[in-house]
Amino acid sequence: MNREAQWEVVIGLETHAQLKTQSKIFSGASTAFGAEPNRQACAVDIALPGVLPVFNREAAVCAIKFGLSVGATIAPRSIFARKNYFYPDLPKGYQISQFELPVVSGGGLQIRVGETEKFVNLTRAHLEEDAGKSLHEDFQGKTGIDLNRAGTPLLEIVSEPEMRSSAEAVAYAKALHALVQWIGICDGNMQEGSFRCDANVSVRRPGAELGTRREIKNLNSFRFMQQAIDFEVQWQINEIEEGRKIQQATVLFDPDSGETRAMRSKEDAHDYRYFPDPDLLPLEITPAWIDQVKADLPELPQAMQQRFQSDYGLSAYDAAALTAQRGLADFFQRAVALTGAAQAKLVANWLQGEISARLNREERDIADAPVTPEQLAGVIARIVDHTISNNIAKKVFEALWAGEGSSADAIIEAQGLKQITDTSAIEALVDEVLAANQKSVEEFRAGKEKAFNALVGQAMKATKGKANPQQVTDLLKKKLGG
Amino acid sequence: MSLNSQDVSRIARLARVELSAAENAATCDQLNAILGFIAQLQAVDTDGIEPMAHAVDVVQRLRPDVVSETDRRDAFQAVAPDVEAGLYLVPRVIE
Amino acid sequence: MSDSMINASLRQLSAALAEKKISSVELTTLFLDRIAQLNPSLNAFIATDREKSLAQARAADAAPQPCGALHGIPLAHKDIFCTEGWRTSCGSKMLENFIAPYDATVVEKFKAAGMVTLGKLNMDEFAMGSSNETSYFGAVKNPWDVSRVPGGSSGGSAAAISARLAPAATGTDTGGSIRQPAALCGLTGLKPTYGVVSRYGMIAFASSLDQAGPMAKSAEDCALLLNAMAGFDPRDSTSLERPAEDYARDLNQPLAGLRIGLPGEFFGAGMDDDVRATVEVALDEYRKLGAVTVDISLPNSGLSVPAYYVIAPAEASSNLSRFDGVRYGYRAPEYGDLNDMYAKTRAQGFGAEVKRRILIGTYVLSHGYYDAYYLKAQKIRRLIAVDFSDAFKKCDVIMGPASPSVAFAFGAKSADPVQMYLSDIYTISTNLAGLPGMSIPCGFGNNNMPVGLQIIGNWFDEARMLNVAHQYQQMTDWHTQMPEGMR
Repeated sequence: MNREAQWEVVIGLETHAQLKTQSKIFSGASTAFGAEPNRQACAVDIALPGVLPVFNREAAVCAIKFGLSVGATIAPRSIFARKNYFYPDLPKGYQISQFELPVVSGGGLQIRVGETEKFVNLTRAHLEEDAGKSLHEDFQGKTGIDLNRAGTPLLEIVSEPEMRSSAEAVAYAKALHALVQWIGICDGNMQEGSFRCDANVSVRRPGAELGTRREIKNLNSFRFMQQAIDFEVQWQINEIEEGRKIQQATVLFDPDSGETRAMRSKEDAHDYRYFPDPDLLPLEITPAWIDQVKADLPELPQAMQQRFQSDYGLSAYDAAALTAQRGLADFFQRAVALTGAAQAKLVANWLQGEISARLNREERDIADAPVTPEQLAGVIARIVDHTISNNIAKKVFEALWAGEGSSADAIIEAQGLKQITDTSAIEALVDEVLAANQKSVEEFRAGKEKAFNALVGQAMKATKGKANPQQVTDLLKKKLGG
Repeated sequence: MSLNSQDVSRIARLARVELSAAENAATCDQLNAILGFIAQLQAVDTDGIEPMAHAVDVVQRLRPDVVSETDRRDAFQAVAPDVEAGLYLVPRVIE
Repeated sequence: MSDSMINASLRQLSAALAEKKISSVELTTLFLDRIAQLNPSLNAFIATDREKSLAQARAADAAPQPCGALHGIPLAHKDIFCTEGWRTSCGSKMLENFIAPYDATVVEKFKAAGMVTLGKLNMDEFAMGSSNETSYFGAVKNPWDVSRVPGGSSGGSAAAISARLAPAATGTDTGGSIRQPAALCGLTGLKPTYGVVSRYGMIAFASSLDQAGPMAKSAEDCALLLNAMAGFDPRDSTSLERPAEDYARDLNQPLAGLRIGLPGEFFGAGMDDDVRATVEVALDEYRKLGAVTVDISLPNSGLSVPAYYVIAPAEASSNLSRFDGVRYGYRAPEYGDLNDMYAKTRAQGFGAEVKRRILIGTYVLSHGYYDAYYLKAQKIRRLIAVDFSDAFKKCDVIMGPASPSVAFAFGAKSADPVQMYLSDIYTISTNLAGLPGMSIPCGFGNNNMPVGLQIIGNWFDEARMLNVAHQYQQMTDWHTQMPEGMR
């Protein structure tokens, strides 16, 4: 029995999603990324004496959208609380968060690892403010504090400890990442820190009580998450097998070494002294408000998958793949609207084949694809009406991708790629090919099937691929078979 | 319940207030006097009473999502103890 | 002329300015000169700036007529209000060098009304105190007897008006900090209903209890000041959206039939005999005005001081965490690592009473004690508020003493925090309930020290309270008396 099988891994994730608002959660300062240090930190954000927070309505709208999209309960009344601790990037000495009564409770997410589907339950999601940033580059041996990020709205989404492997944790994080972008509450930019995960990891013997957990902080890529959890699990198993006890700790992942290590600065026993923030009143969310937000909510991925299967006859696999990302699904739907539902499968193939491959190769997002749904629909229309073959279509597509023309038709015209369908023209061509390739004709007649393919190839070559391959085949068969 | 000097040290550390040994002893006595005074609350029956966090029973007002603040860094940092390149400087933080 | 001006009501000053009998510059100069002459013995002002004040006065004089009721009249601000370009210290070493980069809403509103800022007034450090002895800048002296305290925390405001160094001042009241010093210095002071005046820019002590209000010689003056101070502020989530009111509208209403509730709990043991006798005489005066007195009970009011000393320090411990030496204010000159910088900065920057309350507040919120202290106190707060709403079914206003004693001598209570806390025994319950309360001068007790009558109104009943106070002040002249030594 291998060692992994003797241990069960227990993972819960806490995810901080920055909400896509113009202004901060409790002040009118901008949330735009990348300003010079402290130029987007207003009096409230730097906690001048006497300033007060006022809550941004849009942050609540984001929380409601999220709650609706995961089937959670949205609290009719939730409470802002102060989480008290000292840290230089926390200007008030407390973070405004939610504690006893969060805005969202329950709900869950469907995830897929390989062929296995699993439902991961959520504990809660609550609104809070982000902290500033500590810059540890050398300022005469000091740390520099930039408070531009302080007060950016966050939704902290807490899962139940239901993931059993790093693969499940990553699948959950990816599904959540796609969902928050899908419903438009977070830009999902992990490099800029818009979507950050903390993983609570413990191990136990199957059936035993939960082990002591260590929290891996600030995982800002899915690859690091996988590496960090894998390392942490092995480390914990080693510790226990060598007779040591796991101490509850906060750890950081070092991508260079691939290892996790305990943070030094958070050694102090935490005692956050939560209490209701007296500067903020209860957040009331009425059923009417929820209904209004619901009306503005886009169709959710699960519902869309069902519809793609029933309306377009797509496989469950295709439907899931196309709804993994809002941008992909939007692209698909816009293209299908032009080609008609009958070509949906063809659109899906192009999206998952040619387009996805190029995006992956170029590390681009669907939103940055140089080919538009309209252009793809134009290519497909010409395949369907036999103006071009599949092979030529790929050439046309490549030209579109490279920006060599504005539409499939323009490229076909400019590069003379229109398929030759005139039977008499093809017949003359076939005759020429047969005359020029007597050797192949003999071989075919002697029973060599391959020789036939060579003749087709010659004919296609002579027309630079523009002849309709089916017509060429039919004519060749007729002339040879007689 | 009454506090001993270790408790006072723990509270002072949590509050980030340095206390000398002499201050600790004096503080311990004063805090115990105050806690003794507020201990009378424990005798009151408050079963079923809803805690009152705010003086007025209203709900949170909602601010429209509009950027209303402009850059005032220079004015704000004019009163800062230690700044460089627009950053507030503190003793080196080790994570 | 100067004598009539320093004793004039705000309406009289406004008329004199409008009729050009005096200019704002002359009036401002008159008070600045009195401050220069008398403040050294009182320590009421901790910042003045003659040029700034006179510039404002010149602007007021140059403004086109007609102007508002307060235009051109000087006033002074408690140093808890951020005032752009002025040092705003909150009575603390922590903010000794803090030049506020913005105006509190209250300051902004008085500026918009055309009032001239005379300076910043001394106070108990971070408003924590009942005697003004906790100020980093030294105690304020009571103008009626400089060996006695002026009360606190708005002691500088009270002393300044009482000595006629300013015609009016702002104050704040978290547990009695307007009413108790008003009583001890013989003034009229009003703490409005929580949420009526914006807290934006007012350095927070206990956010759910703090409320700013006017301090002046008379109820009529307070009404005019409240008209300028009050109003919805979108920058304060706890500011209430209500239609604007004219708080002076009912000043002249007769009091016949007014029901005055007298809570047994406010007239029991603990009140000095001189205060009791003086308050009784005032109540007789009200009966003469046609009011009737009704015995009522506020059964839980005895718990208000202990409940307050859980809630207020808890909120304060958190509110004062921002004073960490990073972005503004004091930073210790020598320290090791970050936590050492915090601990030394806060140990050196805060005074003893502030530290005591931070520690108490930290403790009552800490793990394992929250329910026993903080939550319990919040439940008792509810009981206290319910007592008041029951009482107001039987009466229109509640009256009693504002303070259990007249002004006491320096040092009399500073060794025993709990004794000091009990100075606010009659005022704290209204802060817990969010109710409006005021103190008006109603005579003199032992050693010829002023006694204050407290008037507590129903929620948002400020106009009626001012009417009740004004009618009394039409019959009596306690509010016009001025300390002999300050002439």
